[in-house]
Amino acid sequence: MPYKTLILCSKICDGMNAYMAYKVTTKTSLNLFNRNEFTVKRRFSDFLGLHSKLASKYLHIGYIVPPAPEKSIVGMTKVKVGKEDLSSAEFVEKRRSALERYLMRTVNHPALLKDPDVIQFLESTELPRAVSTQALSGAGILRMVNKAAEAVNKMTIKMNESDAWFEEKQQQFENLDVQLRKLHASVESLVCHRKELSVNTASFAKSAAMLGNSEDHTALSRALSQLAEVEEKIDQLHQEQAYADFYLFSELLGDYVRLITAGVFDHRMKTWSKWQDAQVMLQRKREAEAKLQYANKPDKLQQAKEEIKEWEAKVQQGERDFEQISKNIRREVGRFEKQRVKDFKVVIIKYLESLVHTQQQLIKYWEAFLPEAKAIA
Amino acid sequence: MFSSALLLLPPRSSFLQQRKIKGKVAAKIKTERRESPRSLTHRPTRSSAAMTSISQDADREKMRSVSVDLNNDSSLLIDIPDALCERDKVKFTVHTKTTLNSFQKPEFSVPRQHEDFIWLHDTLVETEEYAGLIIPPAPPKPDFEGPREKMHKLGEGESTMTKEEYAKMKQELEAEYLAVFKKTVQVHEIFLQRLSSHPVFSKDRNFQIFLEYDQDLSVRRKNAKEFFGGFFKNMVKSADEVLISGIKDVDEFFEQEKTFLLDYFSKIKDATAKAEKMTRSHKNVADDYIHISATVSNIGAEDNTALKTHLEKFSELLEKLRKVEGRVASDQELKLTELLRYYMRDIQAAKDLLYRRARALADYENSNKALDKARLKSKDIPQAEENQRQCLQKFDKLSESGKQELTSFKGRRVVAFRKNLIEMAELEIKHAKNSTALLQGCIEMLKVN
Repeated sequence: MPYKTLILCSKICDGMNAYMAYKVTTKTSLNLFNRNEFTVKRRFSDFLGLHSKLASKYLHIGYIVPPAPEKSIVGMTKVKVGKEDLSSAEFVEKRRSALERYLMRTVNHPALLKDPDVIQFLESTELPRAVSTQALSGAGILRMVNKAAEAVNKMTIKMNESDAWFEEKQQQFENLDVQLRKLHASVESLVCHRKELSVNTASFAKSAAMLGNSEDHTALSRALSQLAEVEEKIDQLHQEQAYADFYLFSELLGDYVRLITAGVFDHRMKTWSKWQDAQVMLQRKREAEAKLQYANKPDKLQQAKEEIKEWEAKVQQGERDFEQISKNIRREVGRFEKQRVKDFKVVIIKYLESLVHTQQQLIKYWEAFLPEAKAIA
Repeated sequence: MFSSALLLLPPRSSFLQQRKIKGKVAAKIKTERRESPRSLTHRPTRSSAAMTSISQDADREKMRSVSVDLNNDSSLLIDIPDALCERDKVKFTVHTKTTLNSFQKPEFSVPRQHEDFIWLHDTLVETEEYAGLIIPPAPPKPDFEGPREKMHKLGEGESTMTKEEYAKMKQELEAEYLAVFKKTVQVHEIFLQRLSSHPVFSKDRNFQIFLEYDQDLSVRRKNAKEFFGGFFKNMVKSADEVLISGIKDVDEFFEQEKTFLLDYFSKIKDATAKAEKMTRSHKNVADDYIHISATVSNIGAEDNTALKTHLEKFSELLEKLRKVEGRVASDQELKLTELLRYYMRDIQAAKDLLYRRARALADYENSNKALDKARLKSKDIPQAEENQRQCLQKFDKLSESGKQELTSFKGRRVVAFRKNLIEMAELEIKHAKNSTALLQGCIEMLKVN
């Protein structure tokens, strides 16, 4: 796709309210946009606002809408206070990367790309502040409550699945979810241990340097100092590899876990449920009308007949909605699978290449050290 | 060469039944006689085609190089060809081949425990005659705490793993257990070989008893404890203070040695600890690859898209890589951590020598004072003169042999460091090249797909 979005971040200080803003740069050749390259400033809440709008428009008709990046309240507060420590810089980078991936997924969706909210998000200089997304706001809490209610509903709907495809897919997604979560946890462990390895290597490097200084045999002293230098370089290498472990591998897995749990199948169940409810209601209205036939109340009878018409229409709409969402989901899942295959193929190769790079650097460093060790006389 | 190693761990189900690892854990390693230049039974060491024996053999060779120039004199050859591990107790088979007449037979073996080695070391330390020598440091107690803890954790986490994952983790664990076992055998063997290679220690009476006496040594050990009462050992605790607070030594050589050894000891101790931490982190990374490989394999098995091959190949590669990473970690441990640890203990032994010399000096100075007192009182002058003469003699002898020992020690140390640093660098390069080849092979295959 001749389309690229880059996100860069910069900190904007607004007097008392220091907040983080992100530069969103879009490069495109599509006619949808006015220009080929443009940049806007957006806040994290703007991203959440965009997601909220897309979710409300498309989730219920069966589109897999990319989930918004997670808010981590602790992280955000740390940054706001203005601490320039490593963990906050790391946090900002993590968020920046997540926002970038989020936008890329959104614009890679053929329907979402054309959505006016998306276009406005990417192009407009000014964007109305998304109010209802403040982390601890009342609206936020309300949404959490609604989500919980949804979860309960999901459990009580038992659907008559006549379509084997859906049953199969749902099971497949559930299995994949379990495995991906496990894999994500293992990779997070790898990231953690590699970071530890980096720290311990650095610590050893310092110790080796001290030992080298203390050593009274000149050539051995020199070699030990060289060893310390090599280990220092290697600790940097481990750190870089840990970043690759994280940004290439771990974050991708996290994204996919969230994508899979986005819940398209639930919406289909709800649509089905609504359709069934309409059918039940129609039946009731028909029964009521039948009763009124013998009651000799012409006004009520007329009303009953109108209600029947109303519910017949609702039933038809319900059926159409269900068929539509089923069709959409089939298409979406197909697209999702294609994307998943592409994403994972690319990431696996990129990750392996990062490992190659590390190994090649190791060869370089140790080959440089070897003559130093041999020079000990 | 290790031809077979049997390691019996409790079966899988018993992890769930028993929180503590009960039951016998028996490991037996049988080795063929290692080849030496003038060995009577010549057996080529690299004839075996099996991968495991070659790598284990290479391990043995690698570990031997921590110290150098050992076991070259055919008049007294010692090795530990066999060892049995029951629970925590390790029983070593000490095998001796000798042409010396002081021994009853030309070839014989005895079973020994770790405590017997400690007894031997302590008797050497307490022997006055050896005050001017660097006494080879006692081998550390066999420590299976690391693998044991890991085994415990493995048992606890069993339910979260697939059968394959569990099997691989168990395999890793067994390898670690074996590595600790081999290390302890080596370190005990090297101790004995240091003694047999030394012109003075090789003739020690207790050393001979240790090698030859075919009964249990525990009776002797008990007696020795009662006799010495750990007296000298307690004194050594304050040795550093004596050395540091002592007056500047007239002898330039010893003054320099004192400064150097005190500083070097603390630095090498720190380096040993840091190297150990680094190696452990490396092992953790290798273990993570196991879990990742297993889960990727599972996802691949259930996948029926174009991703299937990618996942399978990726999983296979990770499994191969983690073995290499494991080797990197263990090689680093042998060449670096063990090297540092070994010489840390040796430096301590050298410090002990300095300490004994300092005490001898103190004794001499005291004898001088006593002589002056005697002359003042005109009483017991001959005894005081004799005492002073003896103290001076002892001190001079100590200084002379001490100088010799410390000089040759430095030479040994430099040679050993050189050898091990070179070998470590070469191994790192070898492993990195191997990893690169595996990775690039896999990438090519995947790009074609």
